[in-house]
Amino acid sequence: MSARKIHAGNNDPFWVRIIVITISVTFVALMLVLPLGVIFWEAFRKGGAAYLKAFQDRNAMRAITMTCLAAGIAVPLNLVFGITASWAIAKFNFRGKGLLIALIDLPFAISPVISGLIYILVFGMQGWLGKWLEGHGIQIIFAVPGIVLATTFVTFPFVARELIPLMQEQGSEEEWAAISLGANGWQTFWRVTLPNIKWGVLYGVLLCNARAMGEFGAVSVVSSNIRGGTNTLPLHIDALYNDYNSVAAFAMASILALLGVVTLVGKNLLERKIEQESINSLESRTTKVSQ
Amino acid sequence: MFNNKRSKAMLPGFRLTMGYTLLYLSLIVLIPLAALFLKAATMDWNDFYDTITSRRVQAAYRLTFGASLIAALINTVFGALVAWSIVRYRFAGRQLLDAIIDLPFAMPTAVSGIALMAIYGPTGLIGKHLVPYGIKTAISPLGIVIALTFIGLPFLVRTLQPALEELDGEAEQAAASLGASRWQTFWRIMVPSLLPSLLTGFTLAFARALGEYGSVIFVAGNIPMKTEIASLLIISKLDDSDVPGAAAIAVVMLSATFLILLAVQGIHWWSQRMTGRA
Repeated sequence: MSARKIHAGNNDPFWVRIIVITISVTFVALMLVLPLGVIFWEAFRKGGAAYLKAFQDRNAMRAITMTCLAAGIAVPLNLVFGITASWAIAKFNFRGKGLLIALIDLPFAISPVISGLIYILVFGMQGWLGKWLEGHGIQIIFAVPGIVLATTFVTFPFVARELIPLMQEQGSEEEWAAISLGANGWQTFWRVTLPNIKWGVLYGVLLCNARAMGEFGAVSVVSSNIRGGTNTLPLHIDALYNDYNSVAAFAMASILALLGVVTLVGKNLLERKIEQESINSLESRTTKVSQ
Repeated sequence: MFNNKRSKAMLPGFRLTMGYTLLYLSLIVLIPLAALFLKAATMDWNDFYDTITSRRVQAAYRLTFGASLIAALINTVFGALVAWSIVRYRFAGRQLLDAIIDLPFAMPTAVSGIALMAIYGPTGLIGKHLVPYGIKTAISPLGIVIALTFIGLPFLVRTLQPALEELDGEAEQAAASLGASRWQTFWRIMVPSLLPSLLTGFTLAFARALGEYGSVIFVAGNIPMKTEIASLLIISKLDDSDVPGAAAIAVVMLSATFLILLAVQGIHWWSQRMTGRA
C-alpha cells in the first residue's frame, strides 16, 4: 500500500494512518483474501488434470444439476414475490405496513438449521402432514421438493428487500401519469415501473441466486445425504471433504467461490448503476420542478 | 381504462398483489414457523425443560453464545478500523478493500468452512505453525471464534460506513479549534456519535453468529460438551429422531435471536431520539 496517496483532507497524523491502514489491510487479507485464495490453491494442488477429473464424476454432475434446479425454482418464485410485495407495499397505504416488512425480513433472522427444521415439522414423518403425504405416496422431506422449499425459504427476502425501498423512493407519479393517459395496470407495470426498477431487480436476483446455490445448513437438514440422490453442490463438497477427497472437494468449492466472486463484482457494478440512476432521476425531477 | 372506479385515489392491483404477498408469505414462512412453536407447545413442560437444561445442551448454549460474543467483539474492534480506513483514508487498493468486505455474504458457508480449515486446521497453512506451541486454531473453541469472526465482519463494516460518512469532520474541527486534544475529540465527539452504529453492527454480527452452521462445523471438531454448537445439536437430535427435542432447542435459540433483533430496533429508536434532541 502506498502511503503517499493518502487523502490530503484528513488530518490524522501520518503514523496513525499507517498503523490503522496496516491493521485493516492485514486483518482483511488474513480473514477474507486468504480463505478465497486457499480454495484455488488446494483445488489445483495436484495439477490441472486432477482438478478436471473431479468434474468427470456422475455424482458431481448430479450435484451441479440439483443446485441449478433448486436455484432455478427458488429464484423465480422469490422474484415474482419480491415484485408483487414491493408493488403492494410501495404503491399503497395500509395499516400494518411496518409489520409486513418485518415479516418479509424474518427468514434472514432464522438460523439455516432451524429453516430446514420447520419444514420437517410440517412435511416430515412426525410432522403435520407426514402421515397424509405418506398415504398418498408423496415424499417432500429427504427429496427434491424439500430442498427446493428450504432454498426458497432462506432466499425469501432478497428481491423484496431490495425493491421495497427502491420503489418507495421512486414514488408513484410516473404510474399515475401512465394511468391517466389510459394505460391499464399491466401496461403501467411493464412499460413504466419495470424499466425503472430493472437494476434493482437484477441486484436482488444476483444476491438471491448466490445464496440459493450456496445454501448448506437448511438444505442439509432436509436432504437425505445419499450421494447422487438429493445432494446439492455444497452437500457434495461436505461429503467429499469427509471422505478426505480434498482435491475434489476444493475443485467443487472453486466453482462456488467463483460464483461468489462474480456475485461480488456484479454487486459492485450494479450498486454504482443504481446510484447513478437515482441521481439522474433526482436531477430530472428537480429540473421539471424548476421549469 | 380506469380499473378502479370505486377508489379513484388508488393505483390498480392492490388486491392482487396484497393477496398474493400474504398467501406466499403464509405458505413459505409463517405456517412452517408456526409449526415449530406449536410443536414445542405440545411438549410436556417437564420434557421441554429437561431438554433445554440438559448438560450437553447447556454446554452447547454456553459455547454458542460465548464464541458469538467474542467474535462480535473482535469484529467491533477490527471492523471499526477497517470502516475508518475505507471512509477516512485514500490509499491504493482502498476500493478493492471496500468491495471484498462482502465476501462472507457471497461465499457459501460450506466453502468458507473448508477454506478456513485449510488455513487454520492442524495441517493448514497457519495452523501447522501454531501446533508446536500448543495453540489449536481449529477443532477447538478458537476455531469456532475464527469462523464466526469471518462471517460477522461485513455486518460491522457496513453498519459503520454510513455513520462515518455522515461524520463529516466539522464537529471534530470545531472541537479542535476550541482547544480539545485529539484524544478528547475522539472520546467526546466520535465515540458517542458512532455508538449506535457500533452497537447495531455488534448485535447484528452476534445474532448472525448464533445461528451460523456451515462454516463452523468444519472447524469445530464437533466434540460433545466441548466444541458442539447449538445448531449442530439440533441436527444430532434430528438424527436420533428426537424431533420434539430438536424443536425445543430451536425455540430457545430463535427466541434469543428475536430478542437480540428487538434490541437492535431499540438501539435504532434510542439513537433517533438522541439525534432528535441534539
